[in-house]
Amino acid sequence: MPKDGEIKSGIGASSKRREDVRFLTGNGNYTDDINIRGQAYVFFLRSDIAHGTLNSVDTSAAAAMPGVVQIFTGADFEAVGGIPCGWLVTDKHGEPMQEPKHPVLAHGKVRHVGEPIAAVVADSLEQARDAAEAIEVDSSELPAVINMKDAFKEGATKVHDDLTSNLCYDWGFVEENKGAVDEAFKNAHHVTTLELVNNRLVANPMEPRVAIGDYARSDEQHTLYTTSQNPHVIRLLMGAFVLGIPEHKLRVISPDVGGGFGTKIFHYQEEAFCTFAAKACNRPVKWTSSRSEAFMSDAHGRDHVTTIQLALDKDNNFTALRTDTLANMGAYLSTFASSVPTWLHGTLMAGNYKTPLIYVNVKAMFTNTVPVDAYRGAGRPEATYQIERVIDMAARELGADPVALRRQNYVTEFPYATPVAVEYDTGDYHATMDKLEEIGDFTGFEARRKESEAKGKWRGLGINNYIEACGIAPSNLVGQLGARAGLYDAATVRVNATGSISVMVGAHSHGQGHETAFPQVVADMIGIDESQIDIVHGDTSKIPFGMGTYGSRSLAVCGSAMVRATEKIIAKAKKIAAHLLEASDTDIELKDGMFSVAGTDKSVAWGDVTLAAYVPHNYPLEEIEPGLEETAFYDPSNFTYPAGAYACEVEVDPDTGKVTIERFSAADDFGNVINPMIVSGQVHGGIAQGVGQALLEGCSYDEESGQLLTGSYMDYAMPRADDLPFYSVDHSCQTPCTHNPLGVKGCGEAGAIGSPPSVVNAVIDALHSGGKEVAHIDMPLTPDRVWNAINNA
Amino acid sequence: MYNFEFEKPSSIADAVAALGGDEAQALGGGQTLIPTLKQRLASPTTLVSLSNIPEMQGICTGDDGALCIGGSTTHGAVASGAGAYLGLAALAGHIGDPAVRNRGTIGGSLANNDPSACYPAAALASGATLVTNTREIAADDYFLGMFETALEEGEIVTEVRFPIPEVSHYEKFVQPASRFALVGVMVAKFADGVRVAITGASEEGVFRWAEAEAALSANFSSDALDGLTLDADNMIGDLHGSKEYRAHLCGVIAKRAVAKAA
Repeated sequence: MPKDGEIKSGIGASSKRREDVRFLTGNGNYTDDINIRGQAYVFFLRSDIAHGTLNSVDTSAAAAMPGVVQIFTGADFEAVGGIPCGWLVTDKHGEPMQEPKHPVLAHGKVRHVGEPIAAVVADSLEQARDAAEAIEVDSSELPAVINMKDAFKEGATKVHDDLTSNLCYDWGFVEENKGAVDEAFKNAHHVTTLELVNNRLVANPMEPRVAIGDYARSDEQHTLYTTSQNPHVIRLLMGAFVLGIPEHKLRVISPDVGGGFGTKIFHYQEEAFCTFAAKACNRPVKWTSSRSEAFMSDAHGRDHVTTIQLALDKDNNFTALRTDTLANMGAYLSTFASSVPTWLHGTLMAGNYKTPLIYVNVKAMFTNTVPVDAYRGAGRPEATYQIERVIDMAARELGADPVALRRQNYVTEFPYATPVAVEYDTGDYHATMDKLEEIGDFTGFEARRKESEAKGKWRGLGINNYIEACGIAPSNLVGQLGARAGLYDAATVRVNATGSISVMVGAHSHGQGHETAFPQVVADMIGIDESQIDIVHGDTSKIPFGMGTYGSRSLAVCGSAMVRATEKIIAKAKKIAAHLLEASDTDIELKDGMFSVAGTDKSVAWGDVTLAAYVPHNYPLEEIEPGLEETAFYDPSNFTYPAGAYACEVEVDPDTGKVTIERFSAADDFGNVINPMIVSGQVHGGIAQGVGQALLEGCSYDEESGQLLTGSYMDYAMPRADDLPFYSVDHSCQTPCTHNPLGVKGCGEAGAIGSPPSVVNAVIDALHSGGKEVAHIDMPLTPDRVWNAINNA
Repeated sequence: MYNFEFEKPSSIADAVAALGGDEAQALGGGQTLIPTLKQRLASPTTLVSLSNIPEMQGICTGDDGALCIGGSTTHGAVASGAGAYLGLAALAGHIGDPAVRNRGTIGGSLANNDPSACYPAAALASGATLVTNTREIAADDYFLGMFETALEEGEIVTEVRFPIPEVSHYEKFVQPASRFALVGVMVAKFADGVRVAITGASEEGVFRWAEAEAALSANFSSDALDGLTLDADNMIGDLHGSKEYRAHLCGVIAKRAVAKAA
């Protein structure tokens, strides 16, 4: 929505999202919109118990049912690899994590409600479902272990018989610092201790997962259509580790995808199954998840229980921080599960503060629940929530102003090497807090509080900072940390003869607006109109090997590759222009789509140069090749560190415990911004999910039976429009990233990372204003929980 | 869902005949039944739709002044057409979302008697009469517990007759996920006394709060409810609210209903 005088095109323009035309008019092409001639449908028979021994799975009656093509059980996958985990975490003793087998279909045992036991492929979905009901499963139910503290106890029921315990790893970070940290606590003037829960969430993208396997006997070519954030990652994991299909015989297509939020990063059993079954049945095989299946098969998020302690000296300087966390892995290790509570969490425990000594312990536990993995923010929301809650609590205990206490401890000099192994390249935390105080109208708060009191409501103001590490990150570093993949990205810029451009990118857009923002960059570099440029993504046969979209990495990493490839294009085009203009290429300037010889009026247009590249009649063939297409791979030298300050104002109804959000303000530093409107939209959506976590969402299991209590929208509360206020969002504080060519940091997760602590801090503040000395309430802050806290205070 | 036969009769008599078949099930607006079928939790042989029966549609005023609403009238139609009973129209206008209100029917809701549904509170607080194909049932005799009513097998709610109170209000405190009533209180003040019905809270379904009715009949103001409490033992306790919380909310929400009654 550019205003007069604002940037109207290229970098910095709020170009409207071109992809929304097809999304909003029903013309998107989602995986479920794809139907292949002759396709069959699969229905998965899923476990209705949390833990049990499978004595037998008798499919004989079901196999004779109408329309049944073939029925598969765990026995059919014994020769096939299991679902791999993509990150090996080494524990504090130097030992590798315990890594259980993760079968495509359950074999011998079931370990969570929803685990697939058998798969029926039939001519229609209803026939597959009918037959699934005729499968006779003889199982012996075993005690389920749901609560992580129970799972950790001596003699606890084991989720995996072949592992020594339910402990995946006991991770200490930085282990060498532990003694010094403990010593600092002994000498502390004040110690604040807080035990808190980071509640388990279900991602709930609007589009449930879908997979279609297809196989051509003629050329032995497999194709998987799937709702993935990273088709090349799926091709690598499934091809190399599960099914043993060479890459040149496996194509993975992720067309329009209706939201991912992390849960569509991972390689799932259903993808492997459909690919396998398409060959076995010699028919395309399609699976579309129901919402009920999504609740019990999509990887969940968060689910940490933490004790955090902050030590301060007599002048309120933070002197040390230590934490003990139990992190739920669920029944199996999902693709990146092991990295979330460790490298994506421990490395952020310095927050925005110069705390000199930090020690983080994480015990990752197996339980009889759905696997847990990355969800928007992935580890960083958990870190931020702990830090910003314990600081608020410390401020209250010490009678300090929560803004001043934070400001006093800010990191102010960059680059800054934290005691938790990362180096912040740039930032200005005072600037974002200044901006927050302005847009949040802190000076008007007391008057608003009085207005609320006059209505019988308690008003509270909560603030927090956040910092995140995005654009993961040097491949050689993450390799040392246990990643079993590189984390670069790639782009191919293909200039067509008449000057239009197709950019093939490794990033995948599933709501982020890449198709609009990425062309703005290339258009700006060359000086042509954005409409001349299209983005191609989501098909391993069309794009270079890229790692996909997650961790707010697309622009910082893949965008940088695109810049590098475009730089190569421009360098070559200048050589062609120099030839056409009979000048030296070092004298050629490119501006507004025109190549000119410096200091002269000689020029040639972009389109004439591109045409010359493909119709090389007058062309320096002896010096350069015809054509104009370049690829670049970009591996960043560091993470990027978006940071900011958030404020939430709530009203609490003391009679019902109901919390309403009255104001929400976000001051973010994302470095340079390509499309401010898209960035604002990303922050809006992130805050909605953060508020959802803080007030509404909580995935719950029955601790005895292991049944999922929140298996539908009747019991799992998603945020709705009327749960949210109008936001004040600002990203004018910009300290550009120092190490990528665009100076960008990433904005996709900030809202979800930065918002939960301010909401909870605001509610605690409101309760105190009502005279209730409540120290903490665990999320989600439902009316019932808030009322109970008020009543027990 | 499993396969079933589908019938769409155009008279009550034909509907009753169709429901006499083996494993036949009446289909109102389908807001509960269709999801149940999709989950394969029910397997009727025949579904008998009640949506095409003119004598079960619409709103009129009876000879005794009661508001008469056909059993197949949608929530949306009640919201826009029950202006003679504003408290009822407002209640109907806040059930579910527009899609639900354009499909769901008053007869279907009352026949299902979900413990968190809104209409049972209106029927009970109004002292409504439920007219079926065979008889008339007073609301006080109709609601027998969670999902249980006085209806016999194959019996259809063809009309609901609401005496119109002097003032009334339905106040709903929603369960955050489903947005059904965590506690919903309907207050209706008639010339001969006040009736208070509460939905969402009790394990026995919708109920009248006798002490509140007596207090409000003597003094129709929210202050009259001060000090009145309900026993938490029979309340629903779940993820969304403890028994004690629901018992407490009944008082808070009842007061708000009285304060807003007009």
